[in-house]
Order: sequence, then structure tokens, then C-alpha cells
Amino acid sequence: MIDAATLYGLCAALLVGGGVYALIVNPQPLRKIVAFNVIGNGVFVLFGAIAHRGAGFGWGGDPVPQALLITGLVVAFCATALAVALLLRLFDEAGSATLAPDARPPAAPEAGAGER
Amino acid sequence: MTDAINCGLAILILALAAWTIVARDTFSAVVGFVAYGLLLALVWVQLHGVDVALTEAALGSGLTGALLLYAAARLRATEREARAERPGLPTRVAAALVAACVTVALGIAVLALPDPAPTLAPQTAASIATTGVGNPLTAVLVAFRAMDTLLEAIVVLFALIGVWSLAPDRFWGGRPGTLHHSDPDGVLAYFARVLPPIGVVVGVYIFWVGADFPGGKFQGATLLAAMWLLAVIAGLADTPPIGRTWLRAALVAGPVVFLAVGAAGVAFAGAFLGYPDGYAKPLIKVIEWALFPSLALTLALIVAGAPQRSAP
Repeated sequence: MIDAATLYGLCAALLVGGGVYALIVNPQPLRKIVAFNVIGNGVFVLFGAIAHRGAGFGWGGDPVPQALLITGLVVAFCATALAVALLLRLFDEAGSATLAPDARPPAAPEAGAGER
Repeated sequence: MTDAINCGLAILILALAAWTIVARDTFSAVVGFVAYGLLLALVWVQLHGVDVALTEAALGSGLTGALLLYAAARLRATEREARAERPGLPTRVAAALVAACVTVALGIAVLALPDPAPTLAPQTAASIATTGVGNPLTAVLVAFRAMDTLLEAIVVLFALIGVWSLAPDRFWGGRPGTLHHSDPDGVLAYFARVLPPIGVVVGVYIFWVGADFPGGKFQGATLLAAMWLLAVIAGLADTPPIGRTWLRAALVAGPVVFLAVGAAGVAFAGAFLGYPDGYAKPLIKVIEWALFPSLALTLALIVAGAPQRSAP
């Protein structure tokens, strides 16, 4: 049986891959923010698995990367909050939350001609 | 037994992550993300990072989840329009290829990790006695890598300033969020009355024991923020206008004390954020006590969002 660090390390690789796919494919900006968080979680779990490999002195993991992970989680939360606030402001101003370059609010009717 | 738990957890995590990626509706995807975050906290326990597990459950899943759920509910009207923008098959195949390459590269890196693993645990163990705290993570956060934590406290503050700066001009200085009303005899109002006393005690406890056991200011502050937000959502409390001087003073108090202790280190210990011999533990306590209320307030106001109402 493989050890926990390797198992979760591989799990983290899949999370990052899945997040990258979702980031490209999902058109909704909020889904992209969630996808970015999934990528971040993958990176954190990978880092946590590496920290677990450095266990010693009665601790279950290397405390330095674990402390950096707490910092990382807090900063990831801040970045997510800022992204969500930007998105909500975009929605309030434009009435839609699309990132498509040719989509404009109804004020410019001719812009809709080239849409898929 | 442990192997079975680990495999089961890994499968559940990957299944829930897949759900957040493929679910049609953004709201359902976000609900999946919250459940996934809670399970991720169990992964941290399995990886022996109980402090990280507490942070993940409170912040990564809890506050982030609240933020995303609120946004998903507000953006619900844009769902139909967004689905029409879903990229065609070639883009999706290309995205899958890119994702597969990233996964395979990371997987190879995981399997090729050096053995024995590099670790800073011996250095931490050798120096932890000089700080007077028992929890190695607290020692790293507030003593050995105090610079990271100082910058982090400032990043949290900057994030709040960033969120506030997105307010329309007419609401600048006003109250964040909409005014919430709920049935005063309803379940939400009931929970908002019963939970906060318990949550506040648990939050302060987690902060208090953080010096020697898993816990700390970030986890405790997140719990306090969540309790206050619960009261706000139930309509039992209201957000303060962001123009208030006391509010701004409370927000910057933590980072300012941290900076002051750091600057004092230049004079008394010969280095920025250095602690003189024998004073490490009291100074760490001062920093933690100053950061705790500021962090709780900042995190809560970040979730509350940009001002949306004029001050009365």
C-alpha cells in the first residue's frame, strides 16, 4: 500500500489538473474563481504532503511548510474575496457577468452580430 | 484501517472536485465546493496538520463558501446567458490535454520526491525553547517567520481596502451589504441567537490554546467573524458604516502593534522583528492579542463586501 503522503500528493496532482480544465472550460467568471480555488487547494495539499514527509521530533509534519500553508490559505481567501467583489461590481455596472470580449450591454446593439 | 480511510477520503475529494467542475448550475457547484472544503479539512488531519485543518474548515470552506454562495445567488440571472458561451469541443479537448499534462508532470514530481525528505523540523525543535511557546506552528508564525505573518496581516487589510474601493461613489463611507430581515421566530434568527455565545467561546478558546496546542489567531478570528456574520444575516445586527474612525482604528491596530514590536526589535535585539532574550513569549502574546480582534473584524468585513447603502 502506498503511504499517505504519496496518495494525497497524487490526489493533489489530479486536483490541479481538474482545476486547470475547469478554469479554461467554464465560461462563468464565478466558476473560474471556484476552479482557481481548486487549483490552489491542489497546490496546498501537495505542499502539505511534502510537509508530512518531513515529520520528526514528535511532530506529524515539518512545521515550517505547515505554517506557510496557514498563511497561504488566508491569502487565498483574500484573493478570492477581491475577485468576487470585482465580479459583483461588474455585474452591478454592466447588468451581466460575461467575460466574452464582443458581448456588450444592450446599449450597443450592433455588437451582438458576431456572437456564437 | 488508515489506508482505507485515506483511500475513501481521496475518492470522495476527487468526486466532489469533479462535481464542482462539471455541475451545470453554479450554485450547485459552489455547494459541492463547500462540502469538498470540509472533507479537505479531514485530509489535513490525516496529513497531521491539525492547525491547517482548522484553518481550512473555518476559512477555506466556511468564509469562502459564504462568500461564493452569496455571489452565486446574486448572479443566478446570468446563468442562462453564460451557458451559451460554453466553448466548443476543440477547446475542451485542448483544455483536457493541458490539464492532463499538468497532472502527469505533478504526478511524476510526487513519485520522484527525494528520500529522505528535506525538513526544517530539527532546526525548529532546536530553537523552539527560546520562544517559550509549545506549538511549533505558532513559533514559526510569530517568531521564526514573523515577517510572513506581518505581511499577511497587511495583505488581509489591503484586501479589505480593495473590496471597499469597489463601492460606487455615492455609497462611499456607507454600510456594507444589504439590510437583512428574517422572521424573528424563524430557524435562522433562533440559530443566530443560540450559536454566537457558543461560537465566541470556542473561537476565543482556539485562540487562547494556540500558543501550545493546535489553534491560533487566524482560526479563532475566523470563528468570531462567522458568528458576527450570522447575526448580520439574521437581521439581529447591522454592519457599521465604513467611514467610522473607531472602525478604521480597530482595523489597523493589529498590524500597527506588530510593526511597532518589529521596529522595537531593531533597537533592542539588533534586527527587525527580533525579540530580546527572555522577552520572546510576552512580545508574542502582545502581537497575538493585538492581531486577534483586528483580524476578526477585517475578515468579517471582507465577507460583508463593498458598501451598498449610505450611512444614515
